[in-house]
Amino acid sequence: MTALAETTETSTEAGAVPSFDVTLRIRRFDPDTGAEPRWEEFTVTAHGTDRVLDAMHKVKWEVDGSLTFRRSCAHGICGSDAMRINGRNRLACKTLLKDLDPSKPIVIEPIKGLPVIKDLVVDMEPFFASYREVMPFLITNGNAPTKERLQSPEDRARYDDTTKCILCAACTSSCPVFWTDGQYFGPAAIVNAHRFIFDSRDEGAAQRLEVLNDKEGVWRCRTTFNCSEACPRGIEVTKAIQEVKRAMITRAF
Amino acid sequence: MQTHQYDVVIVGAGGAGMRAALESSTRARTAVISKLYPTRSHTGAAQGGMCAALANVEEDNWEWHTFDTVKGGDYLVDQDAAEVMAKEAIDAVLDLEKMGLPFNRTPEGRIDQRRFGGHTRNHGEAAVRRSCYAADRTGHMILQTLYQQCVKQDVEFYNEFYVLDVILTHDLTAGEVPAGEEVAVAGVVAYDLATGEIHVFRAKSVVFATGGAGKIYKTTSNAHTLTGDGMALALRRGIPLEDMEFFQFHPTGLAGLGILLSEAARGEGAILRNSEGERFMERYAPTIKDLAPRDMVARAMANEVREGRGCGPNKDYVLLDLTHLEPAHIDAKLPDITEFARTYLGVEPYTEPVPVYPTAHYAMGGIPTTIDAEVLRSNTDVVRGLFAAGEVACVSVHGSNRLGTNSLLDINVFGKRAGIAAARYAETAPWHEMPDDAATPTVEYIERLRDHATGERIADIRRDLQETMDRNAQVFRTADSLTEALADIAALKKRYRDASVQDKGRRFNTDLMEGVELGFLLDLAEVVVVGALAREESRGGHFREDFPSRDDEKFMQHTMAYLRPGAGGEGTVELDYKPVIVTRYQPMERKY
Repeated sequence: MTALAETTETSTEAGAVPSFDVTLRIRRFDPDTGAEPRWEEFTVTAHGTDRVLDAMHKVKWEVDGSLTFRRSCAHGICGSDAMRINGRNRLACKTLLKDLDPSKPIVIEPIKGLPVIKDLVVDMEPFFASYREVMPFLITNGNAPTKERLQSPEDRARYDDTTKCILCAACTSSCPVFWTDGQYFGPAAIVNAHRFIFDSRDEGAAQRLEVLNDKEGVWRCRTTFNCSEACPRGIEVTKAIQEVKRAMITRAF
Repeated sequence: MQTHQYDVVIVGAGGAGMRAALESSTRARTAVISKLYPTRSHTGAAQGGMCAALANVEEDNWEWHTFDTVKGGDYLVDQDAAEVMAKEAIDAVLDLEKMGLPFNRTPEGRIDQRRFGGHTRNHGEAAVRRSCYAADRTGHMILQTLYQQCVKQDVEFYNEFYVLDVILTHDLTAGEVPAGEEVAVAGVVAYDLATGEIHVFRAKSVVFATGGAGKIYKTTSNAHTLTGDGMALALRRGIPLEDMEFFQFHPTGLAGLGILLSEAARGEGAILRNSEGERFMERYAPTIKDLAPRDMVARAMANEVREGRGCGPNKDYVLLDLTHLEPAHIDAKLPDITEFARTYLGVEPYTEPVPVYPTAHYAMGGIPTTIDAEVLRSNTDVVRGLFAAGEVACVSVHGSNRLGTNSLLDINVFGKRAGIAAARYAETAPWHEMPDDAATPTVEYIERLRDHATGERIADIRRDLQETMDRNAQVFRTADSLTEALADIAALKKRYRDASVQDKGRRFNTDLMEGVELGFLLDLAEVVVVGALAREESRGGHFREDFPSRDDEKFMQHTMAYLRPGAGGEGTVELDYKPVIVTRYQPMERKY
């Protein structure tokens, strides 16, 4: 099906950003209807600064209200709208249409490896279950100081990269090991373990490394770098996983 | 329909909700119900910091912080509440550090602090370094840290459940409660997005922590999901909303998009310039210039544009200039917001100034509470067992204009207080009857919306609402503009009654939820505009061009808006007023 949301409007005002038509080819699925997953195309008019999320909203708000996806902040902070766009995991709100060659249909699918609930919405529970298993919280022994714990700027910088994670699952659902083995913790859980293992205030590294030494743990990583490429926060995910592997062997962190 | 029973039910899993949950879940059986996964909450979008007079880098004390909060709020702040917040700020920051929050550090390893708008040394002498921060991701770190602690404490969450009603022992919309009778909460009704099923939660205590309502405006820094649900639910059940006409427009939204660029940019030395390259804030706030409070900066920017000194082809924005800052400094202190400028506007902040314009950011008003987060149903009486904290609430610590960083502080201080108070109350409180038909109004509401065969699209009505609010109830307001907005809202409410959603299914029906949310937005927009029309003065975030001065004699009081049953089934908004609590500081002219 092709639906035209709006006729192309050409603005001649000085400085106006030109608008263009873009076709979204979206994977649709609603188990309640009994129908098989299918592809559906929508053509909408977009503006120069529009993101994939804007075009999807245009479809939902002007053409087909049943198109279903998660979104919230719309600027790459909340991690709701990770999806597979032209074969790569990205956040729809951080992907500009003009960067995608709008002359061809933009292919949008749910992230892989997690059960699809409806259209682009997947069940995130298995993802969060892995996250919870790595004990993603500060573990300390003894009494807390009256004021803050001290940490040098250098020690703070050591784990800065992995504090940026927004749990969007773009990395985990881009990982070929995760696709074939849903038991694998996946990159996001390891990133969040890394965030504490390398925090000078934390005393739970040994416990976390024990968890990650599991057969479904960090050794399943095949270093394909898909996760690093997928991360919308620019975290060097593969590097973080390697550092956890090394810590496991050297017990130095 | 399923039913559940908890001592404490917390609605919303942003900063305030999770901070409350950390307290209540150790003391009482607690559930957190949230329409989003907790880490999707908009607390995560906050950037610049959380102020507390730690005095880690220069002399400071909580009394100065209290004064700045009161003055920043243009003397509509309840001063006892501001004092509580400024005092407890210190422990609130230290609590977060102990939970593992990765604050930026001084060379000595202490929590680093930086300047922020309206925060000053010794009652306005100069800007002070009070904001504790983690780069420009402080909200993200707070949200993650609180969620991590919830995981550690095994807090029970109901994710992607929309609370659509709160059940009270009395019908407050009917008017006066008989003397001597106490009104209490009995629980909430929720809608499970995944299945479309209704769940009734019986609870001794309910904490509302549902956040703000920025989506009444078109240009906003707020998430799509910030539709004022908790405020609207309370209003519909006869609970007043306080000071809703005060909405904060953050000066530096990315032009045309509204995406937030933290005030921390100016805290780190960035400068606002007009089309003539002039640092125009020198004219508006000679002492602290670009670090004046947000209401003043937003008005100054709008004024520059109005007087023809805007930038760009349409002269409709000003510029935030960071080009004199070292790229390494920008990367260390402001990495996210500079990336926003690159991603969304294609501007390189190292070398080019960034186009910015005010964006609807924060509701100073909300559900009125005591300093223990108990919800008020009148100027003096509380609803037993009902609490509210964070942006949904109005304590009031922000008065008519919130200072930057005080929202992250608010959610931590009053979220904690709400969690403790809710659990304590539940220890001794009785269970109240949950009527068998408690869910009926909710079921009828969503079925009517879903089953309406044909009708106007939700999105069209929402767009028209947001456009009239941007046009008529934004930085500059007049009786004429507000009257126009009010007429528009009335017409939109009529259209809403006949609106329809296309998705008729039960599974993950976001179309239907957008329909429900629009109903909340329409009610809240009306309360904002009615309050703004009645407030014939200019104070903080509310600026009336036809009444440009502050009028303490008539209006140094809080607006209390009630929804009363009106003719034709539509409620009408009625206003009352509540005195401001003044302890130390008599109102003065607000100069910076």
